[in-house]
Amino acid sequence: MNQNLKEQLLLLPEYFQGHLTLTLIALLLGILLSIPLGVWAAQSPRIKRPLLAIISVIQTFPSVAILALVVALLGGKIGVLPAVIALVLYSILPIARNTVTGLDSVPSEVLEAAMGIGMNPQQVLVKIKLPLAMPIIIAGIRTATVWTVGLATLSTLVGATSFGNYIFTGLQTRNLVSVTVGSIAAAAMAVILDALIAGIQWLVENRNKSINSSKYNRVRNILVGAVLLIVVGSLSSILPRSEPDFVVGGKGFTEQYIIAGLLAAKLEESGFNVEQRLGLGTEIVYSATANNTVDIYLEYTGTVWANRMKNSHNPGRDSVMRGVFNHVERVDGMVSVGALGFQNLYALAMRKDRAQELGIDSIEDMIPVAHNLIAAGDLEFFGRPEWIALRETYGIDFSEKLTFDAALMYNAVDDRQVDLIVAYTSDGRVAAFDLKILEDPRSAFLPYDGILVASSSASKNPVFMGVIESLVGQISDEEMREANRIVDVNGGSILDAVSYLQSAID
Amino acid sequence: MIELQNIEKSFDLGRSFVVSDVSLKVERGQLLCLIGESGSGKTTTLKMINRIQEPSSGTIIVNGENILQQDPVKLRRSIGYVFQGIGLFPHYTVLNNVAAVPSLLRWEGSLIHSGCEEILEMVGLPIKDYGDRYPSQLSGGQQQRVGVARALIAKPEVLLMDEPFGALDPITRAGLQEEFKRIQRLLNLTVIMVTHDMTEALLMADQIAVMRKGQILQMGPPKELLNRPEHDYVRKLIELPRNRASRLEELMDSL
Repeated sequence: MNQNLKEQLLLLPEYFQGHLTLTLIALLLGILLSIPLGVWAAQSPRIKRPLLAIISVIQTFPSVAILALVVALLGGKIGVLPAVIALVLYSILPIARNTVTGLDSVPSEVLEAAMGIGMNPQQVLVKIKLPLAMPIIIAGIRTATVWTVGLATLSTLVGATSFGNYIFTGLQTRNLVSVTVGSIAAAAMAVILDALIAGIQWLVENRNKSINSSKYNRVRNILVGAVLLIVVGSLSSILPRSEPDFVVGGKGFTEQYIIAGLLAAKLEESGFNVEQRLGLGTEIVYSATANNTVDIYLEYTGTVWANRMKNSHNPGRDSVMRGVFNHVERVDGMVSVGALGFQNLYALAMRKDRAQELGIDSIEDMIPVAHNLIAAGDLEFFGRPEWIALRETYGIDFSEKLTFDAALMYNAVDDRQVDLIVAYTSDGRVAAFDLKILEDPRSAFLPYDGILVASSSASKNPVFMGVIESLVGQISDEEMREANRIVDVNGGSILDAVSYLQSAID
Repeated sequence: MIELQNIEKSFDLGRSFVVSDVSLKVERGQLLCLIGESGSGKTTTLKMINRIQEPSSGTIIVNGENILQQDPVKLRRSIGYVFQGIGLFPHYTVLNNVAAVPSLLRWEGSLIHSGCEEILEMVGLPIKDYGDRYPSQLSGGQQQRVGVARALIAKPEVLLMDEPFGALDPITRAGLQEEFKRIQRLLNLTVIMVTHDMTEALLMADQIAVMRKGQILQMGPPKELLNRPEHDYVRKLIELPRNRASRLEELMDSL
């Protein structure tokens, strides 16, 4: 079997368990919350409209935004809790709406008969309305199940393990096998859970009809077996597991995965039990470290300087670093361990032939033609202070500003779909695609030194701090670019890049 | 015994009346037919007797008690009700449909079963053949037999019926009418039945009350209505069965 595929399949049990547990908890809570909501709404037209309107509005919020908001509301807490809350919010609409529809669809003559033979309102609800509405309610639960399984992949962004780990890691490290395995696994889980619910519904509906009892028994046995497997599968993840000594965090791109792997490897060498939470958003990993959910991660000075401290001026590399260290420690109570040695700057990059064609060497040369060019940036760049600084320092704007996933951006410029991209200097793909980095003579781009930020609780452990401090100043620009290249260009694994860095350091 | 005294019902706080000043009395073991066209107030009058609708004013006495002072849920469990469009519970078997009222009354399990057995036998649907079927597996006539059985199982003295045979084909309807009349005599039931079919009323009722625009135009035994209609509308209502009968007679004579 393909080595890459084999490596991915080794991760399957862990991701499967994480995904299944998230989905089941969210669905269970969603059902417990939504059916009573639906019943309540169906009984009072005054409540029905506003309630369904509110639920529908929640549904229109982009799911990534909901996740980020939930994390923020929980004070930066990451992991299963915010993921479950977001998933529950999304599951309410289909279940509650179908509950209302189902209850409304019970024929009035049946309701009158129920009342007429002397059922009180609760009996009418429990004995007549809910059973007759059940097929429609279950249809809603099935819709919610499929949605939840799909959305649960996004839980990776807030540090909960799911099949999303395959997808996001795969996208960032250009590992299409990983993306494919994750997508197929999520789709398969959705189909299987949906079929299970349909099967249970069939059993319930046919329990009294002595149609074909051998078929009935066969379906029942299959279902009981499947449900048992699922329960055991998800239970074992709830069982107390050995708590990790430290949690290594990371954002969602190759360099972050590699440094997190390096940190984990170094800590494990010293006998610590380490867990990695990767693919987190910038804001999320920062606040998670501030509240001790994450113990150590790689941050960049420019990110903190611009995003957290809201600075747009550029006083120079050392001043920025000093200011950031001060902010991280004094304002947010974390510990800045120091710079690793490399920078990951934003820089404008073009195909060499295109740059030659336009006669461009530096951003200054670009000023007269910029308004004719199409630029592409990563998901955040055009919303960041650096873009404002670039625009104002050089007085330029582009004819189109496209937003790409960082992994796809390089292909876009290579295929001439865009004229230039906002690249990262430590990215191995700059060299691999033979791109030209434009000079920045007016220093519009902020310095981006890679620094290690530790949680206050972890910093009290001297052995931990010893391990982390031993890495300070050890990784040069060239070494980081090479490590990134191993993954992004050569198709090597994160582990390959980590062992390269380890040998480079020693 | 059922007695309505000056019953009125308005759905718009007295601006208009669906039922106005209706008084009537049905003796024990008698069958009264309320007849009239749609909107005449006959169904509303019926529904006030088990308080599915509340009268705006007036008094209703069932078996000597003012029902407006009783708990409506308990009242409904003591009065049999056969519904328009049958109203069986589609997710219950025949047995469970019939057992619905005794279950609400918390009868013992064995008593419920023997009661169901007896009443289903009486309506011609033996429990061993029909007990486990669902309403969708029965014909319209069989469904309405279940409806009658469900209304009768708790041995009510009073039975209300809202166009019980309206949805059935003529042959099934005639058979059920006859059979029901037999059961009614057997159990000495006091019945109010809503219908818009004058032939049905003439054949089944001890008393007929003709309603129009919320009021009773004429009330009396079938013979009296046939021979002394006091109102043009009543005359029109009895004309149809009369004409049919004489036309049929002519046809038979001509053979």
